[in-house]
Amino acid sequence: MEIGLGHYLAVAAILFTIGVFGIFINRKNVIIILMSIELMLLAVNINLVAFSVELGDLVGQIFAIFVLTVAAAEAAIGLAILVVYFRNRGSIAVEDINMMNG
Amino acid sequence: MIVQAFAFYLFSAVAVAAAVMVISARNPVHSVLFLILAFFNGAGLFVLLGAEFLAMILVVVYVGAVAVLFLFVVMMLDINFVALRQGFLQYLPIGAVIALVLAVELILVGAGWSLSGEGQATAVDPTPAAAQISNTRALGQLLYTKYIYLFQAAGLVLLVAMIGAIVLTHRRRPGVRRQRIAAQVARRREDSVEVKKVSSGSGA
Repeated sequence: MEIGLGHYLAVAAILFTIGVFGIFINRKNVIIILMSIELMLLAVNINLVAFSVELGDLVGQIFAIFVLTVAAAEAAIGLAILVVYFRNRGSIAVEDINMMNG
Repeated sequence: MIVQAFAFYLFSAVAVAAAVMVISARNPVHSVLFLILAFFNGAGLFVLLGAEFLAMILVVVYVGAVAVLFLFVVMMLDINFVALRQGFLQYLPIGAVIALVLAVELILVGAGWSLSGEGQATAVDPTPAAAQISNTRALGQLLYTKYIYLFQAAGLVLLVAMIGAIVLTHRRRPGVRRQRIAAQVARRREDSVEVKKVSSGSGA
C-alpha cells in the first residue's frame, strides 16, 4: 500500500478531467465555469507539488505558489467583470455575451 | 504507512466527490461550498506530500479569499439559475466524449512515462532534508533570494488585479452627496458669507 507519485498523478488527472467536463456541461453559467477552472488549477498544483516532492526539487513548489497567485488574480478579475456585466445586462448567460462581435 | 494510505484515499475520494458535486449541484451556493471542500481535501493531500506551507496557503488563499469572493458574487447577483441550467443534457454527450478523450490521453501519458532515476542529482534547487529545516523556511530561503524578481512580479500581478477589480466595479451614482475635502478646504469667506446692509428702522 505504498502511496507513490502515480497515485497523486491519478487524482490530479481525475480532478482535471472533471474540470474540463464541468466547463462543457455548464455552458451557460459563467460562475460554474470559473469554478471549473479553479478545479483544473488545483489539479495542476497537485501535479507540481507531487513531482516536486518525488524529485526532491523545491522549484515545483515555488512554481505552485505563482500558479496560486495568478489563479487568485484571475478569479478576482473574472468575478469583477461578471458583476459589471450583470449590472449592465441583467444576465450572465454565456450566449448573451456577444456585444463585441460587431 | 497504513495510516498514510488510508488518509490519501480518504482525501482523494472526498476531493473527487466534491469536484463532481461542484459541476453538478443545482444551486451555485452549494457548488461554492463543495469547491471549498475540494480545496480543503487538496490541502490535505499537500500535507501528506510534505508541502505544509502550500497546504496552508491553499486554505488561506482559496478558502479564505477566492471561495468567499465566489460566495459573495453568487449571493449578490439576482440570477435565475434554473434558466441557466437549460441545455445541461444537451451538452452532456459532447462533454463526456471530450472528457473521455482527455482521460485516455492522460492515462496513456501516465502509463508510458518513467523517471530517469537520477532523482535529486538533476534537481535545480534540491530540497533540504526535512530534519534540518522546515518546508516553510526552505521555501522562503529560495523564494526571497533566487526567485525574488518573480516574487515581485507576482506581487505586481496581484496589485494590477486589485486595481483592475476596483476600477471595474466602482461606480459613481448620481445624486449621492459625498464629503469632498478639497472643496471644503478651498472654500473662502467671500464665497459663503455675504454681509447685507440693513437700513435701520425698516425691520419687521
